[in-house]
Amino acid sequence: MPTAEVASEFTVHHALDGLHKGGVQKKYGNFIGGRWVAPAQGKYFTDYSPINGEPLAEIAKSTAEDVEKALDAAHAAKYAWGHTSPAARAELLLKVADKLQENLELLALAETIDNGKPIRETRNADVPLSIDHFRYFAACVRAEEGALGELDNDTVAYHFKEPLGVVGQIIPWNFPLLMASWKLAPAIGAGNCVVIKPASNTPLSLLIMAGLVADVLPPGVLNVITGPGGEIGKALASNPRISKIAFTGETTTGRLIMQYASGPIIPQTLELGGKSPNIFFADVMDHDDDYFDKVLEGFALFAFNKGEVCTCPSRALIQESIFDKFMEKAVARVAKIKVGNPLDPATQMGAQASHDQLEKILNYIKIGKDEGAKCVTGGEQAHLGNGLEKGYYVQPTVFVGHNKMRVFQEEIFGPVLSVTKFKDIDDAIEIGNDTPYGLGAGVWSRSGSTVYRVGREIQAGRVWTNCYHVYPAGAAFGGYKQSGFGRETHKMILDHYQQTKNLLVSYSPKAMGFF
Amino acid sequence: MPTHVAASASAAALIRRLRELHGPLMFHLSGGCCDGTAPICMKQGEFPLGSLDVLLGEVEGAPFYTGIGQAALMTNAELLLDVVDGESDSFSIEAGDGQRFIARTLSCARDSSMAKE
Repeated sequence: MPTAEVASEFTVHHALDGLHKGGVQKKYGNFIGGRWVAPAQGKYFTDYSPINGEPLAEIAKSTAEDVEKALDAAHAAKYAWGHTSPAARAELLLKVADKLQENLELLALAETIDNGKPIRETRNADVPLSIDHFRYFAACVRAEEGALGELDNDTVAYHFKEPLGVVGQIIPWNFPLLMASWKLAPAIGAGNCVVIKPASNTPLSLLIMAGLVADVLPPGVLNVITGPGGEIGKALASNPRISKIAFTGETTTGRLIMQYASGPIIPQTLELGGKSPNIFFADVMDHDDDYFDKVLEGFALFAFNKGEVCTCPSRALIQESIFDKFMEKAVARVAKIKVGNPLDPATQMGAQASHDQLEKILNYIKIGKDEGAKCVTGGEQAHLGNGLEKGYYVQPTVFVGHNKMRVFQEEIFGPVLSVTKFKDIDDAIEIGNDTPYGLGAGVWSRSGSTVYRVGREIQAGRVWTNCYHVYPAGAAFGGYKQSGFGRETHKMILDHYQQTKNLLVSYSPKAMGFF
Repeated sequence: MPTHVAASASAAALIRRLRELHGPLMFHLSGGCCDGTAPICMKQGEFPLGSLDVLLGEVEGAPFYTGIGQAALMTNAELLLDVVDGESDSFSIEAGDGQRFIARTLSCARDSSMAKE
């Protein structure tokens, strides 16, 4: 399919036109067994753009029946796919990557209009990272080996890694294509067939991707079901026909999924969010150099993806000896952030993904003010005009307070940063760890031993050290504490999508002597 | 002082409508990624309540719970369960029909002069 042209006028209408010319449909059924299948009850819902509230497409409003159909297709495909050699599976993962690469602009545009994130980010982060994920796992799958042990002269234990069979995956709306890729690449690479449910407010990029790989993957390997979280999620997670459930989302639903999974007794991997501390030691200000410029960007990165990231560096901890001077520069950096139409490549921060998200963020800004946190920049809804009146925009907001406040403890999931000070390394670690979550953290210092000591003491699965918000394949990602369990974006995730077969082989012809 | 939860008129109406469709309901106020601190509405009995959950109150006959950690952050808070137009996907029973429950904090200290909608 030809790629869409870049919208020269930055309107959703123009972008949508381009997508339609590029083969994107106005109405999507479910993707089952390699083809588009209308939902069993014939119902659809509208997918809207948070840029300006405009409708984008009609999406299948599936029911439990549709989940069963998808499982039928997955089970029909699982034997052949599970017996496909690692090299052949890797080859197809590479072809999936190639298809995504050929359609990079189309996918970036679709992701921007569906989620509201800036085109600058979808072109340079979301889509390229998704492509690379398939390539990385192609390599991992090819290079995987089992193990064997010689137990005695006549007995050998062979350990083979085998796929689980059919797995269920439920992904969030904040990085729709990337979250799909993080889940699909290892699951499919490991030889499983998947039934995956995208978030209902951002189904477009995954549906487009399914269409693009329809003639790459064997039918039934990838199945996409769209519909309301409660019904579809339950039908999938509690289903005796899946061997594992993977979920990224919030805590209550995470607990619900664990409960559902107890029925069929299946393993889960869960990623449940965070309140990541970004820790800045005094020595960052020792020189006004490239590194300090990077540090200031690090502070402002709470605005990346408009704060809708599980690892949003939403708490900044600044060493008290540099607090005032640092904040002067850091707040000035935040005040320069360009909020605007995400289709404009100059825009740095786009629209929040939905109306209820916007309401929740504004409520937290009110909470921060009520609690006595001091708002030093932002603090209001952003009214952009220019056809964007019905979109969901917030000013990047910075509060100064202390770590026991609600805006320091609760995940806001928006461009709101809460800043506090710390005395010394032990204080930084204590405040950094004073959170129920443990997904991400950032540590900034010119001293290698400081960043190492702090990094090893912070109770989080990902500690960015003199950087933030980089997500390369090959770096394990996942939570401590209430942030969940399991590690993605690294070959170790393959262990979560495989099971070990031990062939315990005797080469002795003699009976044991028991009976 | 405990947290106080009340429902706006539109939230109460939505709860009644959902109860007619689904039977008795409950709420659990969540935390974390994506939905973040959003109330999840479910059928009673659906959610594995335990010693780590706290009952904050009742709205329109539906018990309203949250986790023990979240409850500790909200002592003295005045919560209003409200409904907004919302496209967010969620396991909450009303999600997917264009509306979404949200929990507004009206004040962080008990205010007896608070008027319900």
